[in-house]
Amino acid sequence: MQELVNRAKALLADGTVARVLGWKAGEFAYDPEPAFFETEEDLKDFVYDGFCGANLSKYMIEASKLEGKTLVFLKPCDSYSFNQLTKEHRVDREKAYIIGVGCKGKVDVKHIKEAGIKGIESIVGADYPNPAETLEIKTLYGDKTISYKDAMLERCHVCKGKDHVVFDEQIGESADTVDAERFAEVEKIEAMSPEEKFAFFRAELSKCIRCNACRNVCPACSCRKCVFDSTKFDSAQKANTTSFEEKMFHIIRAFHVAGRCTDCGECSRVCPQGIPLHLFNRKFIKDINTFYGDYQAGEDIEAQAPLTDFTFEDREPGQFAERG
Amino acid sequence: MQRIGVFVCHCGSNIAGTVDVKRVVEAIRTEPGVIHAEDYPYMCSEAGQQLIAKAIEEHKLTGIVVCSCSPRMHEATFRKAAANAGINSFMVEIANIREHCSWIHKDVEEGTEKAVILARAAIAKLNLDTPLQPGESRVVKRALVIGGGIAGIQSALDIADAGYEVDIVEKTPSIGGRMSQLDKTFPTLDCSACILTPKMVEAAAHEKINIYTYSEVEKVSGFVGDFKVDIRKKARYVDSTKCTGCGLCQEKCPSKKAPSEFNRGLNTRSAIYTPFAQAIPNVPVIDTENCLKFKTGKCGICQKICAAGAVDYEQQDEIITREYGAIVVATGFDTIKLDKYDEYAYSQSKDVVTSLELERIMNAAGPTKGHLERLSDGKAPKNIVFIQCVGSRCSDGRGKSYCSKICCMYTAKHAMLIRDKYPDTNVTVFYIDVRTPGKNFDEFYRRAVEDYHVNYVKGQVGKVMPQPDGSLLVQGVDLIDNKQIKMNADMVVLATAIEPDPSVRNIATMLTASIDTNNFLTESHAKLRPVESPTAGVFLSGVCQGPKDIPETVAQAGAAAVKAIGLLAKDKLTTNPCTAQADILLCNGCSTCANVCPYGAISYENIQINDHGIREERRVAVVNNALCQGCGACTVACPSGAMDLQGFSNRQILAEVDAICR
Repeated sequence: MQELVNRAKALLADGTVARVLGWKAGEFAYDPEPAFFETEEDLKDFVYDGFCGANLSKYMIEASKLEGKTLVFLKPCDSYSFNQLTKEHRVDREKAYIIGVGCKGKVDVKHIKEAGIKGIESIVGADYPNPAETLEIKTLYGDKTISYKDAMLERCHVCKGKDHVVFDEQIGESADTVDAERFAEVEKIEAMSPEEKFAFFRAELSKCIRCNACRNVCPACSCRKCVFDSTKFDSAQKANTTSFEEKMFHIIRAFHVAGRCTDCGECSRVCPQGIPLHLFNRKFIKDINTFYGDYQAGEDIEAQAPLTDFTFEDREPGQFAERG
Repeated sequence: MQRIGVFVCHCGSNIAGTVDVKRVVEAIRTEPGVIHAEDYPYMCSEAGQQLIAKAIEEHKLTGIVVCSCSPRMHEATFRKAAANAGINSFMVEIANIREHCSWIHKDVEEGTEKAVILARAAIAKLNLDTPLQPGESRVVKRALVIGGGIAGIQSALDIADAGYEVDIVEKTPSIGGRMSQLDKTFPTLDCSACILTPKMVEAAAHEKINIYTYSEVEKVSGFVGDFKVDIRKKARYVDSTKCTGCGLCQEKCPSKKAPSEFNRGLNTRSAIYTPFAQAIPNVPVIDTENCLKFKTGKCGICQKICAAGAVDYEQQDEIITREYGAIVVATGFDTIKLDKYDEYAYSQSKDVVTSLELERIMNAAGPTKGHLERLSDGKAPKNIVFIQCVGSRCSDGRGKSYCSKICCMYTAKHAMLIRDKYPDTNVTVFYIDVRTPGKNFDEFYRRAVEDYHVNYVKGQVGKVMPQPDGSLLVQGVDLIDNKQIKMNADMVVLATAIEPDPSVRNIATMLTASIDTNNFLTESHAKLRPVESPTAGVFLSGVCQGPKDIPETVAQAGAAAVKAIGLLAKDKLTTNPCTAQADILLCNGCSTCANVCPYGAISYENIQINDHGIREERRVAVVNNALCQGCGACTVACPSGAMDLQGFSNRQILAEVDAICR
């Protein structure tokens, strides 16, 4: 981690960048938050450890409008979001100095709490580059442990890989954390009857408190003005008038990011209610892969996205109808 | 708030038979904005239009909803009536309660309910309508004809004779098309080449016609009156300006094993070739797949012996970009592949041929110099069996459901010609029906039966089996005598179904012209606009639109030409104001809309924006309204909803959906 700070200091000092976009320590050890650092002094708060799951790409939209370059640290999966935003002209590649930072899987306190560990005072073992196999947790109720793997974010179990798709330089090693099938959960839902599916999503989405965290964190939800915040459209009002407003919101959101979602998993990570929101997006990704061949949003900046492209090899509409 | 008048048409009993129009009028009286509603037997009549005009004046209406037939029929009528009465013609909505309602329902209750719902949707949309003003666009006084067969040649000649420049693009090395492959034509039995070649020469010599052979349309952009087309002129490797057409290169070319496309692969040609003797232009092309110079680097004989120095192995494809006001598609047809019809032994015996191959065999310039002989052993066939409807009128999914239309007549022609020239040859025709509508057609067929004693058998052939002695055992059924037939034949001729030339799919996509499930180009109206594509400025000529014989093709080619001339004669076209607009305050500048726009109508500009006090430079979408065709693809692709279509805004469409789902 010190290597990252040193490099940031050097780039600030030689004027390559005007500011640094990274993570700083939060109130607790397990909640570091995205932060801009403008001086060497500021960087004393810089952290990079297993809890730094936050994807910094979206912050580059605003940073692109500022004077000078911004140094941004991107984990391999974050770099896909950055690329997708570049493709959509939302971030300016020229305004970014990207350090591709290594990643050995990110953990989240949510999973620790889900494992029944309450009253957390401190957590040891989530350091980068050498995380422990087991996290040691001091709680009000005594010392507890959880394996690093069990505390890992869902997205790390189905990690896209150790390679950055965009960077100016790379620092640090990455680890292979894949131990699950990416579309296994989607397949489970696909196998349900329509009634079961509806019941499943109703149960999950009923937890939604419409805090908008998923939308605000999502790099694909980068519209200047969201249709749900605009009076020009009736989306918000229409959603309000149904008895199941949250369903309308999440389904409309999933359609809006379809084909552009890189599956970064931020929506599920930030949801305070623990709704597996990534499942909607992953269903779209699975369908796109099935119909148009494997496509990873953000991987190739020049590639035509299947949903906004037409080729002679495209499936005929009848095939979709047959499939249901 | 709009002041809306609703006018419900009976269309005689067309609507009133299944829709209780009085109840529709009463049901929509209380809809928001409606201040007047009435019904009338024929709203499109002069009296009906006057009734609308009177209501507009009397009630100071700002917009009208006409519940009547499809907007394709009378939208223009009612827009004009509204404009004459002093309201903007885009403040008119049509609720289609005929095609979408009365014609498809039998029950008055259901029909009435649906008519009310459709009317409500139109009212909801009209409440959000705003007056729109059409613009103007130019007309480029030049036409493009795609395909240089008889259809393309005729369309080009007619347009050129009217005084407009025409370019013909033909993918093969010569114009002439399928007709140039035919030997004689029905029902007059005159020589096909004798009537075609003068037309080819006339087209080539016409000062207004420019012919691009061995060329293909590569890209089309623009719209009616103002198309921009990229034409790929494939490298001939022979300089057309130098070549004298002496033919020496073809004579001396050592690579003579390429199958002749013109003779349907029944014989071979040299690697440097003109497809046939009367080819226009009489300039050969080099087929690089068979040319030794291109394959091995050694040879170069044609270059050495060419006195004109026309052979140029370095020649490259050339892209020509030109603008056109109108496009005529005349891509023609091919016969279907017979791999699904193995029972006729086409792949097993050289003596089973398609009718088009027989044309070449019968032709003096064909592989047998016009002698009717078996391709396997060169012997004269004594028994010939013709099998009709091979792949046509097919219900088992292997072939085409349609009738290819020309086979009954050309088979009668073949049978008659054979019996005339070789009277000792027995000719049997197996048929499902003999279809001979057309001037002098049935007389022609009867001559084959009565004067030439061709043996017509109603029934199909189940199997053709090549025998060890080289003959073909034909197993069929005679439905009239209700018996199985087994007969020996020396030659079997298959009346193979025709299908649109495969290149049409690509061309239709480039032109955004629709095609049906059989790849025939769709006409704008099956009866009333048979030579116009639904895509404005694109006209259909010949078999690309449906099976036709030569006289019909020529007639349709002329009709397509007239439509094209009608367009080219105009100086300005009125443009549709229902085009896309970007709300620059909502636009993310993400380029999604430009990616999906089929007309290249969207570009991006960096402009200074004041967004509620935030001043910044933003990249935003700008629509070129002359190019935009109002398809709406951008409006659904736009993630932020910044793109909207004038006259069909997202809000209007949702208002319609809401009104329907209420």
